[in-house]
Amino acid sequence: MSQHTEPGGRPHATPSARTVSEHIVEIVSDSGQGAQKCGQSFSAISAKMGNGVWTVEIIPAEIKPPARSRAGASGIRIRIGDRNITNMGDEADLVVAFNEQVLYGRIEQGAYRKGTILLLESKWANDPDPAVQKAYTDAVAQFQGMGVDVRELAMEEACLEITPNPRLGLNMFVLGMLCEIYQRDIELAREQIRFIFRHKSAKVVDMNLRLLDHGQTFAMHNITERYIVPKWDNDKPLIVMNGNEAMGLGVMCAGMEMVSMYPITPATSASHYLAEVFYKIGGCVHQAEDEIAAIGFGIGASYAGKTACTITSGPGLALKTEFIGLAVMAEIPLVIGLVQRGGPSTGLPTKVEQGDLLAVLYGAPGDAPKIIIAPATIEETCHFMVTARKLAEAFRGPVFVLTDANLATGVQPFPRPNVQPEWLSPPVDQSPWKEGVLPYDWDPETGISPRPIPGQAGGEYILTGLAHTNRSWVAYDPASNQYGCEMRSRKLAALQRTLKPPVVYGDEEGELLLVGWGSTLGSLHEAVDKARAKGMKVSALHLRFLSPMEPGLKAIFERFQQVVTVEINYSDSTRTPILPGEPRRYAQLASVLRTHTLMDIDCYSNVYGQPLRPGQVYEEIVRRLTPAQAK
Amino acid sequence: MFGLKTDWSLDIPSRYFILEDYLGNEARWCPGCGDHAVLTAVQRICRDEQIPPEETVVVSGIGCSSRFPHYMGTYGFHGLHGRALPVACGVKSRRPDLKVFVATGDGDCCSIGAGHWIHAVRYNMDMVVLLFDNNIYGLTKKQTSPTSKPGLATNTHPRGAWLPALNPTAATLGFTNVSFMAQTVDWIPAHLHATLQAAYRHRGLSFVRIAQRCPQYTDKVFEEYVNNPDKILVMQHDNGIPLDPALDRFYKTRMSHDPADIVQATAIAHREDVLPIGLFFWDPSRPCYDDFTQAGMDMTPEEKIRALNEEMDRFAV
Repeated sequence: MSQHTEPGGRPHATPSARTVSEHIVEIVSDSGQGAQKCGQSFSAISAKMGNGVWTVEIIPAEIKPPARSRAGASGIRIRIGDRNITNMGDEADLVVAFNEQVLYGRIEQGAYRKGTILLLESKWANDPDPAVQKAYTDAVAQFQGMGVDVRELAMEEACLEITPNPRLGLNMFVLGMLCEIYQRDIELAREQIRFIFRHKSAKVVDMNLRLLDHGQTFAMHNITERYIVPKWDNDKPLIVMNGNEAMGLGVMCAGMEMVSMYPITPATSASHYLAEVFYKIGGCVHQAEDEIAAIGFGIGASYAGKTACTITSGPGLALKTEFIGLAVMAEIPLVIGLVQRGGPSTGLPTKVEQGDLLAVLYGAPGDAPKIIIAPATIEETCHFMVTARKLAEAFRGPVFVLTDANLATGVQPFPRPNVQPEWLSPPVDQSPWKEGVLPYDWDPETGISPRPIPGQAGGEYILTGLAHTNRSWVAYDPASNQYGCEMRSRKLAALQRTLKPPVVYGDEEGELLLVGWGSTLGSLHEAVDKARAKGMKVSALHLRFLSPMEPGLKAIFERFQQVVTVEINYSDSTRTPILPGEPRRYAQLASVLRTHTLMDIDCYSNVYGQPLRPGQVYEEIVRRLTPAQAK
Repeated sequence: MFGLKTDWSLDIPSRYFILEDYLGNEARWCPGCGDHAVLTAVQRICRDEQIPPEETVVVSGIGCSSRFPHYMGTYGFHGLHGRALPVACGVKSRRPDLKVFVATGDGDCCSIGAGHWIHAVRYNMDMVVLLFDNNIYGLTKKQTSPTSKPGLATNTHPRGAWLPALNPTAATLGFTNVSFMAQTVDWIPAHLHATLQAAYRHRGLSFVRIAQRCPQYTDKVFEEYVNNPDKILVMQHDNGIPLDPALDRFYKTRMSHDPADIVQATAIAHREDVLPIGLFFWDPSRPCYDDFTQAGMDMTPEEKIRALNEEMDRFAV
């Protein structure tokens, strides 16, 4: 336990501090009260103190939902631990709430448990409006009835000693409280405040520093719990960022120079990040007039030799479909970052879903084979962008990188990428085109062909979205279309041949294999660990390549009695009344795997718009395996 | 000795391009189609300006006129219906060395791609945009186009087009950051050539509307202007597009128009009694978006890696 002292001379650790391997903290407020800024700061400080951290934002769909509304909860969850934390976990251990109404939605989502400590702003008990008073007292009684450990605290009143507008200052006050409860280095917190308010006046910085100190003192006098979360034993240099920032970083690490986008939630923050820094690395963010123009512009840059990236979400994907087909047909390299959200239509703009796999696979008219990869962690999100550019150029076509709102907004420390010169795009080849080589000089075995780039003398050709011959001439004969389709499809087979079979997490045979993709990796592994510790014969398999699939899946699946995909997208439940003998509709990866392997692969999925929690997966494992084993 | 300098030499270009260097596949437009005239004019401009074929990119959408790139011996991009402009802008975004031409029709540009039209004019990236306006959808067989005149019988409006025709020239003049707007016709080759030359030499987006006859479906729509040269209004100015002196006697309806005058340009664009040709508007001082998108192109890989590492320091824990 650390015994160094802070400037005030007070011992950092108090005798009652309890050491825990992990803790989940939530800060929930009305929108616009800065709960997220508070949580992000707490998360950054914790990461700097050596904890493993996962942060996820709780975002209302509107910018300014009405105050004290149940649907308007805005906030953040921070899970800190003594190891690499890979997901948001199950129920929170400690919650700070600025009003009681915003908690209802969280309770509905099962975010709290018996014994969760709730530090609740108490001013509502004395609100001039009797309806507010009653709502507050009813809620407190209800929460207590559920076993939540409610602590009513006059936090705003305490803030009034520092600022006349506590609604805006409460967040840094709460940061001070959390620093005390979790024994954080207050000097790191001060640094953090100076950093986040670096564009504000000295007066604002000073006021927030005083709020921080005041919050710390307030916690000393009003809260008895203290927790020590030991360091994560890790010796690599780390960086901490969210998945969208990691995607942006990946774009730069890949040496791409152009990101062409149109604003769409939850993808846009990747472009915000790039817009801030891309120019320092010689790149440019083009905000196009619409989603279609965004991909068209990127395709233009790619065609001219500068492989570009476009970043979007579901509705944007729908609009880009025609251009995606063109990129496949005319074999134009392009990286498409797809940050999935709830669908269909406008759906759940701020919430997670893995619902676009089939749209990406099959969205374009005709046969449009394309490469699809799905990072499972924030670190992979960065590295997969580098891989994606290389694949796009080597296999001459669009490459999708599928993430989701959970990866996009989750914040996690990960090993700092050690950028190598070969990660960056090579200079555009402007040497004369080799005589006799056609613009689509397909290798009949792999479908791969070298690509002439404007500026290469002798390589002049007319790219077309019409069916074409290997000379890129419009094909008026039936054989050319058949052959072109074969060549484009063959590229996927060629890529698949270079891939290794995925590695099973847990034993390579058993009673149950859970198959996942994307952001659910951490929860799946955590649930499998817990079940295996209890003797259950369950393993997990996570797919990174979704098109083409990694090889050897059938052989792996055959070693398990049950194979079940775990996904965040819609499937009919087994209780759905359907025509007898007719199959229900399966989750998306399950559908693909059933076709791929001709095996009876089941699925567990939902569309609550929430990241998958390890507890949910664990319960599903228990349901699937015999009751005797479950105990 | 003998008055000859010892360092005397001929300035011989290492490559000289002839018209044949710009020929692509044989044009498959109908005989009598105005597109043939534009193709010839563009090939001549390429030759006159000695643009290396490999540095020339012709981008098009979908439609009869969008087959244009296939008939050029340069690089070409025959893409999607209505989407030529975003692709062309993307090509230019990181390749200042490439010379970009866009071939687009009245359906392609003014209907399905109208959103891009507005914004491409506003981006004002360095390229020549040729609007082949024949007032009809030809490739899909005679449907009403936004520029079809009311009353024109088409397969989608057999009792006559109903809506007022969209005026692409007036519209373009109304878009923010327009820098070059000219109008010409397919049946006066000298004027077509002079217009394209001025368009090519302008840095920025040069928008050229070409009244183009479709012998199959709209052979009558420009007939009055073809048959009666007095109905062609030639705009003249020192900064404008010169009319071949040989044509002076023939096209007598003329007016002086300063292409810096957007108000008069707009008024002329709205005239329905005549078909104006020449330079409506020119402002070489308008900002070009290329200057924004092409920033940072000179960075070396070492500089990029150094900058990346500095950037990552911000996230270090």
